[in-house]
Amino acid sequence: MATQATKPRLFRRLALVLILLMSSVQATYASGGGEGGKEEFNPGKLAIEHVMDAYEWHLYDSENFGGVIYLPIIVYSKERGVDVFMSSKFFEHHHPVNYNGLKLGEHGIEALNPNEKIYDFSITKTVASSIVSCVLLIALFLSVAKGYAKNRGRAPSGIQSFLEPLILFVRDDIAKTIIGEKYEKFTPYLLSVFFFILINNLMGLMPGAANVTGNITVTLVLAAFTFIVTNANGNKHYWGHIFWMPGIPKPMRLIMAPIEFIGLFTKPFALTVRLFANITAGHIVILSIISLIFLFKSYIVSVPSIALAAAMNFLELMVAFIQAYVFTLLSAIYISGAVEEHH
Amino acid sequence: MGLVTPSLGLIFWQVVIFLITLFVLGKYAWKPIMAGLREREENISNALLAADKARKDMAQLKADNESLIQEARREREKILADAQQVAKAIKESAKEEAKREAGRLVEEARAAIQAEKSAALVEVKNQVAAFSLDIAEKVIRKNLADDKEQTALIEGYVKDLNLN
Repeated sequence: MATQATKPRLFRRLALVLILLMSSVQATYASGGGEGGKEEFNPGKLAIEHVMDAYEWHLYDSENFGGVIYLPIIVYSKERGVDVFMSSKFFEHHHPVNYNGLKLGEHGIEALNPNEKIYDFSITKTVASSIVSCVLLIALFLSVAKGYAKNRGRAPSGIQSFLEPLILFVRDDIAKTIIGEKYEKFTPYLLSVFFFILINNLMGLMPGAANVTGNITVTLVLAAFTFIVTNANGNKHYWGHIFWMPGIPKPMRLIMAPIEFIGLFTKPFALTVRLFANITAGHIVILSIISLIFLFKSYIVSVPSIALAAAMNFLELMVAFIQAYVFTLLSAIYISGAVEEHH
Repeated sequence: MGLVTPSLGLIFWQVVIFLITLFVLGKYAWKPIMAGLREREENISNALLAADKARKDMAQLKADNESLIQEARREREKILADAQQVAKAIKESAKEEAKREAGRLVEEARAAIQAEKSAALVEVKNQVAAFSLDIAEKVIRKNLADDKEQTALIEGYVKDLNLN
């Protein structure tokens, strides 16, 4: 009885606090608006810049721009051949400058000469972060593999027992359940995809980290791998189903064939967009909530804003696992459709 | 480098990085891990099977013991019953024998008694005849008369006596 009585009272108090906060925010915003600062804070631009790829790794802001790691730029064109230099060359006293007939444009590196076609193979923030994740992933699982050599036929220990449930989950609940008897051939691929996405999702939640799995190029490449694995293993039932659908009238087959053929490509497209959109959206939501503090220019807003952002972070932690699972699960479903034996 | 436009350089690097990840993990991580998992699972299932078999063996052993005990008990009962029967038969035959022996003895005794009795009677008859002769002699000596008639008379009496 006592707890039931206190609950509504608690809610009322919280509501009161919230209203007070809002009004004080209004007041500070109104008073702060008249200052007319040097640069207007733009949360949209900030959020997009945070989720996009870059030629430098921006860790934190500081007085002397110390929180930036400049990454190597690799460009190729017919005229100049391969050109390698650090992205710091594009900045002089922290102002963008042109270098060697190139400039840092809105859509990456552009040649000053409009006739020169530039191919950009730079180690961008996303590439650098992927390399870090790749090295971490390999180090992690080599140590897990060592655990299996050490505890042969016995119970797992250490990091091995921490990751074994996930490995078993991918093997038993994804590969074995969906693909069936041919699961052993595809388990290594599914495990690699799952842990690659998971580690990059989790790394992306770290402060100062890159948004790797929220980059459409990365998700496109991963989906392309699933596409290749699926279609390289497609049996004659699979191809027969696409180009000459059994069990329907002949004229319908002619209509179904192009639809099924397009379906081949919509599957990896859906994989690409799903992972990209989920991860990017999560990042943008967190950044937007944090931006509220700077928009309202109030310390008081930071209290609900940080609480909300923390809650969002927990949600994103869950999304990191769910999206890794969904991508792997759908890959397994596509593969199983390609290798399934029809009776 | 747009938000939704893939870039060539990144595609290249991602393919390289993911291929390296796939290759290294596939060869040095997933292979031993999968083999280790399979080995452990086989060990566990073998151990479970062995335990099951041991349990069945125990039950079998217990059943064997039980049947052995049962058999021994049956054997004992059979031996006892046989022994009882034999004892009974022996007793029966001994009884029969004794009865027969007793009958024979009685018969013999009866025969002996009969013989003794006959002999005694003959003796008595002879004795009586002798006594009678003595008496008759004494009487006759007194009479000195017809001795022969007297003897014949007495013998006639004795014969009558014998018929009794």
